[in-house]
Amino acid sequence: MAPALILAGMFTFYPIISSWQYSLLQWSGFTAQKTFIGLANYAEIIQDKYFWDAFRRAFQFMLVSMPIKLTIALLLAIVLNNQALKLSPVFRTMFFLPVVTTAAIVGILMTFIFSPFNGPINGILRDLRLIKAPIDFLGDPRTVLWTVIGIEIWKWLGQPMIYWLAALQTIPREIYEAAKVDGAGWWPQLRHITIPMLVPFAIVIMLITAVGTLHVFPLVQTLTGGGPFFATEVMEIYIYRTAFGGATGMATPRLGYASAAGVVFGITIMALALLQAVGVRRLRDFRSGFSSNN
Amino acid sequence: MTALPTPIARPRANRQPWLRGSTIRALITSAILLPICILWIYPFLWMVSASLKTNMEIFGGLGLIPQAPQWQNYLRAWEQARVGQYFMNSVYVTVSSVILVVFCTSMIGYVLGRYAFPGKRIVFGLFVATVFIPAGYTIIPVFEMVNRLGLGDTLWGVILAQSGGAHVLYILLFAGYFSQLPRELEEAAVMDGAGFVRVFAQVMLPLATPIMATVIIMHFIASWNDFLLPLVLTLSRPELRTLSVGMYSFRGEYYVDWSGMAAAASIALMPIILVFLVMQRYFVEGIAGAVKQ
Repeated sequence: MAPALILAGMFTFYPIISSWQYSLLQWSGFTAQKTFIGLANYAEIIQDKYFWDAFRRAFQFMLVSMPIKLTIALLLAIVLNNQALKLSPVFRTMFFLPVVTTAAIVGILMTFIFSPFNGPINGILRDLRLIKAPIDFLGDPRTVLWTVIGIEIWKWLGQPMIYWLAALQTIPREIYEAAKVDGAGWWPQLRHITIPMLVPFAIVIMLITAVGTLHVFPLVQTLTGGGPFFATEVMEIYIYRTAFGGATGMATPRLGYASAAGVVFGITIMALALLQAVGVRRLRDFRSGFSSNN
Repeated sequence: MTALPTPIARPRANRQPWLRGSTIRALITSAILLPICILWIYPFLWMVSASLKTNMEIFGGLGLIPQAPQWQNYLRAWEQARVGQYFMNSVYVTVSSVILVVFCTSMIGYVLGRYAFPGKRIVFGLFVATVFIPAGYTIIPVFEMVNRLGLGDTLWGVILAQSGGAHVLYILLFAGYFSQLPRELEEAAVMDGAGFVRVFAQVMLPLATPIMATVIIMHFIASWNDFLLPLVLTLSRPELRTLSVGMYSFRGEYYVDWSGMAAAASIALMPIILVFLVMQRYFVEGIAGAVKQ
């Protein structure tokens, strides 16, 4: 246990504490000069438009991506769980493929696919005569966030799909057989057997997916770097940009200020998570097996 | 398989129409799903195709078959993008980090799952609370810590920082699993004179293979995909970049060489896709294990 605690202490608990401390400093990170400035960073953040935009976008990202991902994944899982579907493992593999591919490489690949200069998506849309002029999916502030969300859904859909499949496979076959004998059709079976039996899993799956959706840095940084005009700057990108001067290294790094941003965001997420009392209680059920031992 | 009702199968006669109905439905489902799946993996097909085209040809049309395969794209990617080196860095980081994480999380899960000790609830609470902390939140102190340990600009810095995440899910999986094992196992081992470490390593850990598989697969995906940590920790040492970071900077340097980049991306993705295709049963079961527990 000790090694795990030491490692976690060094790279998880200590950083949390020290980012509170850093957030009170004016510090570029590269010099030893750290000036204690109290809550000035926080005062500035509250008025920073870019911070609140990034803050809002992080939630927008999660609130759009998560329900879509979970719903499509569930529908797919129900379809693929059909025993008569002989090709099911093949389909499953294909949907899961983007999950194992490196996020940063997906980002680079997608800048090709969505390129306005004869990229394949624009090419297909043009050939179908749906558009006249190419759409700059990743270069236009109006479309870019939705494109990035779409790519994120594509990349990670396979993961909740496997979770749902695993959950579906725990439902005993006999229940369906019995329902069929009683003359229940496809929809009543789904409504009265499948969905109720999935509820306990759903909470765990939602939790894992929500945590994953907050971690979109690799994809966004390689797709757009937060641009154009900050249109896709989610929280992780904002922190990276303010802390390390961004990808271009143009701005002055401000570790103290970035830490303060991280603290505000982290505390908000924690507060929201705590508010989800149901989720937390379910998490306890999830580990009830051993809490009952002591 | 056969959908034709035969006279011999009379006892099943009333089930036959349903079976046939479901087979037809499965066929229709397949017919609908197949094109969707092909669209789904189209970006990969496009990438491989682009890697064999000339830069002119890539944007000339939508056809996937190159006029004449341009194998020198791969040579260029290998030499200029240093894909081979980045690949080895990625393998090194991922393998080390997976070993460390399995070692750490299984031990802490064992202790939390099987022993009652003062402060257990607090330790649990602390770990669960970290689930909700966004990754970018602690990157600055982690960066500082790695540098202070003298591991700045080494791959070990990346490995330790990756392994030191709280990994609550893995810990909960191990703890949940260990807590279900019967007490007699330990008692018998202790009777035989095994100490704490031996009980853990020789009795308990081998029993936890299914959980280990899950943790290995999940952390493998996480570590292989990781970008922020290796990016920040190798900023000043290009030769230590992992694949994802290396590809990212390659794009910055050779923005116009699209076919070279497609080739580099293909080299980078092929092995992982192959590993996945060969071991997909373990991947799927491993991922599924996270939910089933």
